Amino acid sequence: MATEITDTYSGPQSRGAKGAFSIHLRVFHFLRRWPVVPLVVLSVLVLTAIFAEQLAPHSWRQQSLPGRHAPPYWLDREWYEDRPRVQDKYILGTDHVGRDVLSRMIHGARISLLVVAVALTSGLLIGVSLGLISGWFGGVTDEIVSRFVDIWYALPFLLIALVVIILFGQSLLIMMIVLAMTAWVTFVRNVRAEVYSIKDRDYVLLSKIAGAGTLHMWIKHVMPGLISIIAVVATLSVGSLILTEATLSFLGAGIPAPTPAWGVMIAEGREHLRTAWWSSFFPGLAIFLVVMSLNFFGDWLRDRLDSRLRQLS
Amino acid sequence: MRKFLLRRLIFTLVSVVGATLIVFVLSRMAGDPMVLYADPEGYGMDAEQIAAIRSSLRLDEPLIIQYVYWFAGLARGDLGRSIVANRPVSQMLWERAGATAQLAIAAWLVATVVGIPLGVLSAVKRGTAWDYIGRTFALFGQATPTFWIGIMGILIFSVYLGWLPSALRGDGFRINHFILPTLTVSTAAMAGYLRITRSSMLEVLDSEFVKLARAKGVSRVKVIWKHTFRNALIQPITVSAILFANFITGITVAEVVFAWPGLGSLMLTAVWNNDFPVLTGTVLVFVVIYMALNFVADMLYVVVDPRIRYS
Repeated sequence: MATEITDTYSGPQSRGAKGAFSIHLRVFHFLRRWPVVPLVVLSVLVLTAIFAEQLAPHSWRQQSLPGRHAPPYWLDREWYEDRPRVQDKYILGTDHVGRDVLSRMIHGARISLLVVAVALTSGLLIGVSLGLISGWFGGVTDEIVSRFVDIWYALPFLLIALVVIILFGQSLLIMMIVLAMTAWVTFVRNVRAEVYSIKDRDYVLLSKIAGAGTLHMWIKHVMPGLISIIAVVATLSVGSLILTEATLSFLGAGIPAPTPAWGVMIAEGREHLRTAWWSSFFPGLAIFLVVMSLNFFGDWLRDRLDSRLRQLS
Repeated sequence: MRKFLLRRLIFTLVSVVGATLIVFVLSRMAGDPMVLYADPEGYGMDAEQIAAIRSSLRLDEPLIIQYVYWFAGLARGDLGRSIVANRPVSQMLWERAGATAQLAIAAWLVATVVGIPLGVLSAVKRGTAWDYIGRTFALFGQATPTFWIGIMGILIFSVYLGWLPSALRGDGFRINHFILPTLTVSTAAMAGYLRITRSSMLEVLDSEFVKLARAKGVSRVKVIWKHTFRNALIQPITVSAILFANFITGITVAEVVFAWPGLGSLMLTAVWNNDFPVLTGTVLVFVVIYMALNFVADMLYVVVDPRIRYS
């Protein structure tokens, strides 16, 4: 079957084994050209977050005394055979109080995405408007916004986050605010630079001569030019926001404990590393895969939409 | 050049004062400091006594005067007292500064000594296996949470192989205790250095003057290290602020993971205990170190880039 397909698809010079090789090469090139793997990972993530209730095999907070520190089922069946009282089969094992790691991770995906989505949207709105205003009007406004952004950019973010969290306490809302505080700056910088280059283009000037109002020019002429940079910055921001959220949660200064955030799970699992490595290994792996996919996808988007943006990192 | 450095120095000083102002305002927002000495009911103190304490602590002065006094205390090294330990904050910071400094220097050395040459290698041998290894490592280092790297290091090297200790610094200088924390902190920084060095090396390698140097027969080593590398260094130095900020995060995380007795773990303990004076003290120390390092980076920038030196 496989050879038939190869024969149909391979070029005129290729023969037999070489033809089989070329389809692998073709797949390889396809995977290099299109971000298939990252998109699959991200779609799985989004779907898991939406359908968390339906997908999770167990409850995320149901504790089980006999079933605590249960290893992943496929790794250690004997453990389950020795303990007939443990009825459930846990695919990724359980933590120190017998909660299912997989179900907690699935609910954690929802928490992470919710927090990051709200933070990113508010950061985007603030950042894009400030960037637009300061790039368009220039002068004193621009000077004030730019200096403020410079100083904000130059502050170690972790320190600000810790001070805010100790002052206002830990909650989902504070977490969103803290993350929005880191998200907006990148938007201001990039949007401002882009607006700066757009506002003196001929089509904008002509529209101004024709008597268009500022708002009209913003919507009709400036905004379309901003979409690609906003898309790229947003994609690349999501990854770093997820990492920041996980780090703060891990440090015990982010999302408070019973909520199944990935960072919290790693922190809890760390105390029981000797007996149950899986409860901190798998959430970390999930963070890694998601952030990696976002970075890949963001890079791809950047190269695709605008090669001038290659400098952005 | 003098003008440039002077401007940066002023910017640094203004930023330090700004940072202390922010910290001061936040610490006042945390609540009336009087509550620390007497709660609103006053522990049976009458209004006169409370007023006396208030004026002895200068809390009846306007906020800006309070700030001036607070800043003057700061300049003398008086950072207040820890609420939990009831000891001077400056003393607690001093005890722990050494451990953090050792870890930071070790990690920074590893990150620079490995990261920058790997970036050069990856750029010079673009498209080869070296380049792929380098880029994969950079992606890995940027996508993996620092704390998870540390925990997995403990799992592999302490729990399973039993080669390295899983926590603490040990007595005196024990190299064993340094390996895991250093690698944990330096992985992300290494990846950052690698990525930036690689991209700026590629950019410079593509420029006209490098082509000219090659065309006139300058040796390969000289082209790479003298003509390209020196110009390519400008970019890593300009983004050093972001690298330092990430470095502070990395050190704090590693100190928490490895129970390292440094400033980062002190800061987090203060967060968990709601010990505000200790938190503000550590934050200030980190901010000042950070600004000072940025100023040093600016000076390096002048050394590396002659265009600024002669302008």
